[in-house]
Amino acid sequence: MAGEQITSEQKASETPWLDMDTKPLIRLSGVTKKFGEFVAINNVDLDIYEGELFCLLGGSGCGKSTLLRMLAGFETPTSGSIIIDGKDMSDVPPYERPTNMMFQSYALFPHMNVAKNIAFGLEQDNLPKGEIEDRIDEILKLVELQDYKKRKPQQLSGGQRQRVALARALVKKPKLLLLDEPLAALDKKLREQTQFELANIQEQVGITFVVVTHDQEEAMTLSSRIAVMDKGEFVQTGSPTDIYEFPESRFVADFIGSANILEGKVTEDSAAHVRVATDLGEIYIDHGQSTKQGSRVWVAIRPEKIHLSKKPSSKNGYNQAVGIVDDIGYLGNTSIYKIRLKNGHIVDVTAPNQIRPKNRTHSITWEDTVYLHWDASSAMLLKK
Amino acid sequence: MYRKRSKFLTFMLITGFSFLYIPMILLIVYSFNYSKIVPIWGGWSTRWYTELFKSEEVWEAVSLSLQIAFINAMFATILGTLAGLAMVRFGKFRGRTLFGGMLVAPLVMPEVITGLSLLVLFISLEQLIGWPSERGFTTITIAHITFSLAYVAVIIQARLTGMGQDLEEAAADLGAKPFKVLTSITFPRLAPGMLSGWLLAFTLSLDDLVISSFVTGPGANTLPILIFSRIRLGLRPDINALATIIILVVAICVAIAAFILFRQQKLQDQDEMMAARET
Repeated sequence: MAGEQITSEQKASETPWLDMDTKPLIRLSGVTKKFGEFVAINNVDLDIYEGELFCLLGGSGCGKSTLLRMLAGFETPTSGSIIIDGKDMSDVPPYERPTNMMFQSYALFPHMNVAKNIAFGLEQDNLPKGEIEDRIDEILKLVELQDYKKRKPQQLSGGQRQRVALARALVKKPKLLLLDEPLAALDKKLREQTQFELANIQEQVGITFVVVTHDQEEAMTLSSRIAVMDKGEFVQTGSPTDIYEFPESRFVADFIGSANILEGKVTEDSAAHVRVATDLGEIYIDHGQSTKQGSRVWVAIRPEKIHLSKKPSSKNGYNQAVGIVDDIGYLGNTSIYKIRLKNGHIVDVTAPNQIRPKNRTHSITWEDTVYLHWDASSAMLLKK
Repeated sequence: MYRKRSKFLTFMLITGFSFLYIPMILLIVYSFNYSKIVPIWGGWSTRWYTELFKSEEVWEAVSLSLQIAFINAMFATILGTLAGLAMVRFGKFRGRTLFGGMLVAPLVMPEVITGLSLLVLFISLEQLIGWPSERGFTTITIAHITFSLAYVAVIIQARLTGMGQDLEEAAADLGAKPFKVLTSITFPRLAPGMLSGWLLAFTLSLDDLVISSFVTGPGANTLPILIFSRIRLGLRPDINALATIIILVVAICVAIAAFILFRQQKLQDQDEMMAARET
């Protein structure tokens, strides 16, 4: 026993997807789902590892929910295979899968109280009554609803219903928990708080979570990895940092956070750096990219990575621009500045409001001439 | 804001309700009329009520109507629920559109045609297999089930569509096999729909005159058939008394239904208040 534990601990690395030897818990290969002529999922491959909190992120109609429903067994792939825990799921109905799902609507049974709702799944396994009671108490303690056993779902607040739904899905200790927009029905404040709770619970129970969401902030805070989906395909898969700082396409750069995306031509391409001519002047990027000189590319710069100043930079060189403040969006903690360049191009810049302004006026205001500059590592080169 | 109610609207309101209720009030008043000739007032009396209670014919008709209505409601609810389930929950199957169309056809079919075609069916069946050997209780019940189940199916379909599939999927996801999902989730959720379907089927059957007249046989008089056949010989005060009793029974049923609805609403409000206090 002791020996086994050590090996499993060694195996459970923080980034199992980088380890060639780790076996995935879920393997999708060549999965396609068509509804009539409409292709909801187009030939996707994906491995998800044990203990991950994996997010499927995308706009409405991108196929993320269909994919989740295929994992749960409510839909069957038109072609391709889904393997969960080493078993092909093609002919396995939902009630025999080692998965449980938390529905967006929560789908709590309105004619049963909280305890009965949670007991339902355990009763299907014909567990002894005593054990069912114990498991209910244990899981209600985890979600902090011990005193609500006898309540009907209609008598609970939105946040409480959400936790009952989570408890009901978790109580069977599934190999895999599927969550369909778990926080979408909560208001903003509660949602932010629940994000952390959800991640904590996942860590405590150690069950693999697959979360579907359209909310990028939710995906960023929750996940170990994110798969960005568009039109039934994975556009990019990676850790939140990968996705945000190293997007592979304009779609991802624009979908996650915001970005100034500029079209340009490669003017110099060496092993260590790239120069691109754009509307923002010549942009110097200090990491090599395999591009061709003269080829058409895009450069994305995150608004918060551009420095804004009323004085020109003392350094001479690249990655600088001058413009006029066209508009300001004051968010309290930060402000968004729309800077109009001489050529009419508008650049978004966000800056933290670190200094509490005297006289209630900020130092940078409308029609000010401002100077922009950014680090050579900040710009991201995108080939598609 | 609403202090000045339009006179026109008040007038329309009174006229509308008058059209609805004056005939019934007249009927009730005349049922207490001593005179044998309906429109001539002969003083207050409960004479026709006592006569009504003595009439065996009337009691037989009431009993027959209630029996048919009850059996009809049972079968129509079961068959209609199954048909509704098939339409909404079985996904796409061959002939689904045709089946759906045929299911609602009895709703729009003129009653005369439904009655006539059923009569033709019963007669040919009798010639072919010797059953039903005579028309009456059985044939009326079968005829009523055929059209009532269409109404039940429509109610169940609407309710199922409104319910969505989340709860059933959640149950399946938690390990419940299809039959268990049906008994522990679908049916409890459908119960109010099935109850209203049952009640509708029951009243439709009690009401029906046209179809019953086609498929009935000698000696099998339902209440509407009896009333209609007696009224053909002229207005009769004992029928007024019968009608008054029917109105009373219906009014009591409506009051009970309203009370139940009111209580449900109150419970729901309480739940909502409880939920609001948690936030």
